[in-house]
Amino acid sequence: MTESTAHSENQPTEGGLKHRHLLGLEGYSAGEIHLILETARQFRDVLDRPIRRVPTLRGITVVNLFFEPSTRTRISFELAEKRLSADTVNFTASGSSVSKGETLKDTAQNIEAMKIDMVVLRHVSAGAPHFLTRCVDAVVINAGDGAHEHPTQALLDMLTISDHLGSLEGRNISIIGDILHSRVARSNIHGLLAVGANVTICGPNPLLPRHLEEMSPNGRVRVTHRLDEALEGADVAMALRIQMERQGRNLFPSTREYHEQYGIRLEHLDRYPDLLVMHPGPVNRGVELASEVVDHERAVILNQVTNGVAVRMAVLYLLSGSRVAE
Amino acid sequence: MEANDIIKAQLLDARDLERTLHRMARQLVEMFAPDEDGAGRFGLIGMQTRGVYLARRLQRIMSEVDGIDVPLGVLDVTMYRDDFRMRMKQPVVRETKIDFDVDGRHLVLVDDVLYTGRTVRAGLDALTDLGRPASVHFLVIVDRGHRELPIKADFVGRKVPTLPGEEVRVRVQELDGKEGVWLVDHPNTEGNNA
Repeated sequence: MTESTAHSENQPTEGGLKHRHLLGLEGYSAGEIHLILETARQFRDVLDRPIRRVPTLRGITVVNLFFEPSTRTRISFELAEKRLSADTVNFTASGSSVSKGETLKDTAQNIEAMKIDMVVLRHVSAGAPHFLTRCVDAVVINAGDGAHEHPTQALLDMLTISDHLGSLEGRNISIIGDILHSRVARSNIHGLLAVGANVTICGPNPLLPRHLEEMSPNGRVRVTHRLDEALEGADVAMALRIQMERQGRNLFPSTREYHEQYGIRLEHLDRYPDLLVMHPGPVNRGVELASEVVDHERAVILNQVTNGVAVRMAVLYLLSGSRVAE
Repeated sequence: MEANDIIKAQLLDARDLERTLHRMARQLVEMFAPDEDGAGRFGLIGMQTRGVYLARRLQRIMSEVDGIDVPLGVLDVTMYRDDFRMRMKQPVVRETKIDFDVDGRHLVLVDDVLYTGRTVRAGLDALTDLGRPASVHFLVIVDRGHRELPIKADFVGRKVPTLPGEEVRVRVQELDGKEGVWLVDHPNTEGNNA
């Protein structure tokens, strides 16, 4: 179609995604990210209709391979698949052949032998989704791999931000907490930088990555250890979950002390009256966020959850076309 | 036109298209009498992309000539298409926006070209998911034949017998910067007019 569109970098790309899989947002262009977000907005409307299901992925089989405990991401993907009328199979590590010692490759090849079109993979090891693409023909979507990436979480974060602020370009996003172990932070940094947002990361020194320059080759990530510096001028404060299971490794003194130094409290919302607060969940109330902040009208945590289903529908839809490409 | 299009004939110029739309607006008013019971039981549904612009024209004509404001919704059927397994890249999902209740209403689907009938089939599925209209009628500017489903239009601008490899291009000023209907040769077409 000869549509007269003024093309800029921050327009959805035409002709679909250039990628066959979603392993991470590293390498995804601004145009591709905007295409996913724009498509997600259309699918989100479906969620408000009397019949919240469309036949788009009828005949497509998706397997949800979760080698790591997950409730909300798994439910969100499952719901997205059902809303699109895909056939879904769930496979979780506990109570499966994984506990009998089967390798990822064997599991994947067995599943593929059952004629699967797409795999959604959550795994403790960084790089597992990439490895999977070399074992199977199916389209692979990363639902979180180790401390590497969690691309659909970052996409739903970006959708939520652009819903509230109207745009992403030039916005100031501060990510606060355990950046070092966070795949959510990593995906957000890649995605936000691609669309032209400014990223600040903030946390205690042991929780900040050593080699930040490798993560952001164009060096647009600002680093600070002081919460007030991170919040000053920020449009969005994205608090990350302190992973209690990592406690005891002495990365910071105590959760109480963490809250005093890095927890977002009501006083911060008073001081920065336009600040939006986000959190990928589940929230440790009184640690990353004061309980009153979680329930505050400027905390958009539940919008993030709704957007999660819409973004995953968009990703499943856009990548399902690449299935026939090879 | 599109890349590789070779124009064979202009079927309608801007004035012809305007007259066709005026005639069709008259037919709609005659059949549905939206002026009598208010526009409360009538609605136009423009199918993305050019059907939306054509439906807006019909809406404007009915407003100017008859003084009736009829509601207009926008329908994108991408999520309901049946050529899923045949495509390499997914088409862009465009907006669906119907701000009125379709239940109990007489709806007229508006599209530019009727070809295989698969697009309007998808449109019927989409409408059914949104509610239960009293009736659904179908209006097209050009019926080019070659149906693959038992579907026909209720209001037709012009019937144009076409050959395989030919395409019909409806162009509107607002979107394309020119206005009219053309018959073109399009080698290796994927058939985006349905």
